[in-house]
Amino acid sequence: MNEQNMISNLRQSNGKYAIESRHLNVFYGSFKAIEDVNLLIERQKITAIIGPSGCGKSTMLRSFNRMNELVPTAYAEGEVIFQGVNIYEEDIDPVEVRRRIGMVFQKPNPFPKSIYENVAWGARMNGYKGNMDELVEQSLKNAALWEEVYDKLDQSGLSLSGGQQQRLCIARAIAVRPDIILMDEPASALDPIATLKIEELMRDLSEKYTIIVVTHNMQQAARVSDFTAFFSMTPDRTGVLVEYGATNQIFTNPRDQRTEDYITGRFG
Amino acid sequence: MTYAPTKSNSTVNGEFNANLSRRHRIARIWLIVFQVSTVIGIVVLTALLLNIINSAFGYVVIQNQIEPEELVLDGVPLEEQTKEQLVSILKSNISAGLFKRLENDMPFAERTRKDVYNLVIERVVEPTVEKTWSLTDSLFRKRQVFAEAAGEFPDGYITFQSWIDPKFVTSPQSSDPERAGVRTAILGSLWTIAITLLFAFPVGVGAAIYLEEYAGDNTINRIIQTNINNLAGVPSIIYGLLGLAIFVRAMEAFTSGSLFGLVDDPTTANGRTILSAGLTLGLLILPMIIINAQEAIKAVPNSLRQASYGLGATRWQTVWYHVLPNALPGILTGTILSISRAVGETAPLVVVGASTFITLDPEGPFSKFTTLPIQIYQWTARPQDEFRNIAAAAIIVLLILLLTLNASAVLLRNHYSRRLT
Repeated sequence: MNEQNMISNLRQSNGKYAIESRHLNVFYGSFKAIEDVNLLIERQKITAIIGPSGCGKSTMLRSFNRMNELVPTAYAEGEVIFQGVNIYEEDIDPVEVRRRIGMVFQKPNPFPKSIYENVAWGARMNGYKGNMDELVEQSLKNAALWEEVYDKLDQSGLSLSGGQQQRLCIARAIAVRPDIILMDEPASALDPIATLKIEELMRDLSEKYTIIVVTHNMQQAARVSDFTAFFSMTPDRTGVLVEYGATNQIFTNPRDQRTEDYITGRFG
Repeated sequence: MTYAPTKSNSTVNGEFNANLSRRHRIARIWLIVFQVSTVIGIVVLTALLLNIINSAFGYVVIQNQIEPEELVLDGVPLEEQTKEQLVSILKSNISAGLFKRLENDMPFAERTRKDVYNLVIERVVEPTVEKTWSLTDSLFRKRQVFAEAAGEFPDGYITFQSWIDPKFVTSPQSSDPERAGVRTAILGSLWTIAITLLFAFPVGVGAAIYLEEYAGDNTINRIIQTNINNLAGVPSIIYGLLGLAIFVRAMEAFTSGSLFGLVDDPTTANGRTILSAGLTLGLLILPMIIINAQEAIKAVPNSLRQASYGLGATRWQTVWYHVLPNALPGILTGTILSISRAVGETAPLVVVGASTFITLDPEGPFSKFTTLPIQIYQWTARPQDEFRNIAAAAIIVLLILLLTLNASAVLLRNHYSRRLT
């Protein structure tokens, strides 16, 4: 059985969690970036990853769809279970993993192509056989961008404003029908109004998708997320998961002293 | 005026010595150094161009071997004679061998009267350049030039000659400087460059893609990279020797065309063909194309690759649809600049075996060849003055060719850059 069928069959299995890491360590060469992370991500919820700079938040996020492997020296130990399968198994193709677990980056990075092509390209590369116009329209509508761009789909994606570009990147990500969307500080390069739009969009998307978001902005984590994972680092700069729970609980009643120091601004 | 507040932190505790006038003076000195460097560059370039133009134009004294008045037949001046009369003049004044050759080129029965008249002027009247003057002499010592010409050549007449003209560009090579042109050399250069491009561009860009997008950072790849960087600095004559050993000698069957049965007589050119020359120049510019293409590929923002991978694209899809289109302007610019260098190369082609004298246009990759710089090199080595003049004219042709190439590089780059943003 090839790995695609394997994933499809297991997709129906009614696991409670969208994705989970088990004893995950990630290394860059000899440097251990994160250590022994066990994280259970709930389905169709927004999970925020917060923590001080350099604590391995982005590394954690990227290990969920094997994007870390693009760094030549990076490798992972442990398991990431997605739909019942460890995505780090040898017979799993990272290309297929990345289609199912999409990604939105810190800085909006639309392709230097038309708005239409930006959305259609990923789907076409993955062999989408349906009606492309409908897919583009639906994806742009789901990304709350359709009203602003429907009359200029042939213009360059780079002609849009920063906030629009970021929503275009979200439309591009959902056009390949992922199950999970990873967002790496998606609003940190945007102004407050554009940030608000992205946050509203994340709430809307969480009805259909599981979202994991890395953010530096604690108000944002408090506003938008259902669950929060707080990462910190050991003296040798290795990231560790300190506390994980419902956002309400983390922000109002943290169990760990380090979490409390961080969210009240005494550290970070 | 120096800004000097009566009381501020720095003046109170005296930690700073602003010394503004000295800092500005140093800045001015450096500015002058930079300006002088620029001026030196411009002066050298101007001197080069003036030197070439100086030889390519100027007064010449022309003397006819037989005055047209001597060819008057039955009281009819040369200009009004019939075609048959002109043919008979031609026949009685030139050697039988030359007459036969002209007949072979095109039978006299088929030639027009004007054509025959031109032949009589060219071969019988035979206006010959006796002495030439440079452009500066022609402009600033005009009177002395005319006096000198009248004194030395009372039968001759003086005229202003532009050594570069349409006839010079369209005529084949000739042993007579007044009839010689650069058509053979231009065609040879174009053919050679076409082969060079066909070989070096795909190989170079392919190697650059592999090294930048696929190859890991290990010892072997670092050695390869260092080697490529060093190859770019190897003197071109070494490439000529390499080309001689590989393409002309070892691969003679391939480069002479006999492998494909395309040449009946493999002894004429052996491996010293356009194909050998093009491949040799291809080897020469390959490292430059690779390095340029690598730089262009490096300049593609990593965020684009990440976006592509994040959508579930394979490495090849990422390279083909995002990296290459975005690197293309840089790759093309680098390629055209390398091609410009190859167009001007002389030394490796001398070694590979450029023909010293061919009057026939190259017919394909298996023809013998000469190129513009080879032609210039050979003309400057001849003793007669006029060859220096036509060498200068050929240099102008070469410079125009290079300028066209560089301009097209800029246009291509602008075209693609605009399309991408």
